[in-house]
Amino acid sequence: MAFKVIKPGMLALLQDLGRHGHQAIGVTTGGPMDELAFRWANALLDNEDNAQQLEITFGMLSLEAQANTSVALTGADLDATLNGKSLTPWQTYAVKTGDVLNFQQPVWGLRAYLAVKGGFQCELTLGSVATVMREKIGGLTGKGDKLQKDDILPYHRHDQHQQRSVPRAAIPDYSQSDIPLVLGYQYRSFSDLQRAHFFSSDYKVSQNSDRMGYRLAGNAIQGDAKGIISEGIAYGSVQIPKDGQPIVLLRDRQTIGGYPKMGCVTRFGGALLAQKKPGDAIQFTPITVDQAEHERHLQMARLQQWR
Amino acid sequence: MSQAVSPLLPDMDMVSDNACLLTFSQTISEAISDRIAQVSHQLTTLPGIIDLVPSYTTLLVVFDGDHFDRFAICKAIRQLILQLDPKDALQADVREIVIPVYYGAEVGPDLDEVAAHCGLSTNDVIEQHCANLYRAYAIGFTPGFAFLGNTPAQLHIGRKTTPRLKVPIGSVAIAENQTAVYPSVTPGGWQIIGRTPIKLVDWGSENLALIAMGDKVRFEAISRQDFLAQGGNLDGF
Repeated sequence: MAFKVIKPGMLALLQDLGRHGHQAIGVTTGGPMDELAFRWANALLDNEDNAQQLEITFGMLSLEAQANTSVALTGADLDATLNGKSLTPWQTYAVKTGDVLNFQQPVWGLRAYLAVKGGFQCELTLGSVATVMREKIGGLTGKGDKLQKDDILPYHRHDQHQQRSVPRAAIPDYSQSDIPLVLGYQYRSFSDLQRAHFFSSDYKVSQNSDRMGYRLAGNAIQGDAKGIISEGIAYGSVQIPKDGQPIVLLRDRQTIGGYPKMGCVTRFGGALLAQKKPGDAIQFTPITVDQAEHERHLQMARLQQWR
Repeated sequence: MSQAVSPLLPDMDMVSDNACLLTFSQTISEAISDRIAQVSHQLTTLPGIIDLVPSYTTLLVVFDGDHFDRFAICKAIRQLILQLDPKDALQADVREIVIPVYYGAEVGPDLDEVAAHCGLSTNDVIEQHCANLYRAYAIGFTPGFAFLGNTPAQLHIGRKTTPRLKVPIGSVAIAENQTAVYPSVTPGGWQIIGRTPIKLVDWGSENLALIAMGDKVRFEAISRQDFLAQGGNLDGF
């Protein structure tokens, strides 16, 4: 009982909420680039928060169902079809044995989440299925491989489909280009002028953006040239390397580093970024830790109470 | 947001809604490294904490902000740290790890360059590298990559101008005042002087990584023959 991979797609990765507790030995967390979309997909199927899903980047993926189940689609609209019939994201669909699920190319956004009732049932590496290609950890093989043709993604058969969709107002507005950023770390080490530059500039997402970090291009920010003593890098850290072009460090980030940091984008900010494509413009908006907490708690409360 | 209430307490700064950075000092020392290892070890037992990233002078604490309030977490962290006597940080249980290394040009292509730069013979380089007892100040860059310090002043050398795209597994390298072993094939800019036949990471083992932050590490020169007998691999360059 499984999906058989007919076409592996550009980059389809098994993910859960991440591999935690191993950063002290340099193992990064992995996990969904768009955590909010991931959480909603599991909520739609009444799965556990951490149930395994597929993160599908860009599309070009084709799966054949070998048993009945229900699936949920969230995140980007990758022009998905079920036996040729168009699917709208942010809802559930019944899938029967022999059905073919196709993801073409982005209509908007970049990363879609495919959850199956009960979650995929793949083996864990260091307590998580999260695929980190750079570290060669996780995924179906345990060695960090992306999905390959003929891979088998196991799930438990399920016959009672429940039609559900995320309330329209709860679907994030992905067109938002303001990325909320909590001020912290070495924020004070940048001059007033450099901070003003940073928050008043448009930055373009560069081609060299991936699950490790989003490299931005725009006004160069001057930091303390000698850098800092290497320290732990929190999710969403915006580091300013020597060339002054900010890098937002995301799920597959390195665990420690020595560049000064302006602050941290929130997990919602990271989710927004994760759906941006090279060339898209963004701006940073400074927020306080309190504001970040409010944003997070509201989103989590909505999810939990809707369940 | 400095909390200079007690000399025992590090500065605590929120860096996001679910992470705070504890800064123990502005300068690197063995005593600070001991203290960070001690605190990091104890914090693993505190409910609500999901990840810890110890480094040279800091400890990043990631907590579960969805189920724990940050003020309560920070208070619990402070209380726990206050109870830890820094004198006990000089752990009796500090481990000493010996890493066998085959120092040869075929696996250490920068050995001659390092010797020339330092004005030493290759044998002197090897002797000096082995004579020192190193400390694992931080783990990172890639899983299990331990930043070991400090190399003797005579062995200080900058990174390569152009990093290699693929450094073979087990490569032993030096850069600035540090030395390290590459646990996996990665790009790398350090000067490679030899190779160890032993595994630095093993996800199937209980310890996962051979070297933990705070460990003492020594290198031991072995012959090409011993290197091969211990499963060493000469490929990669």
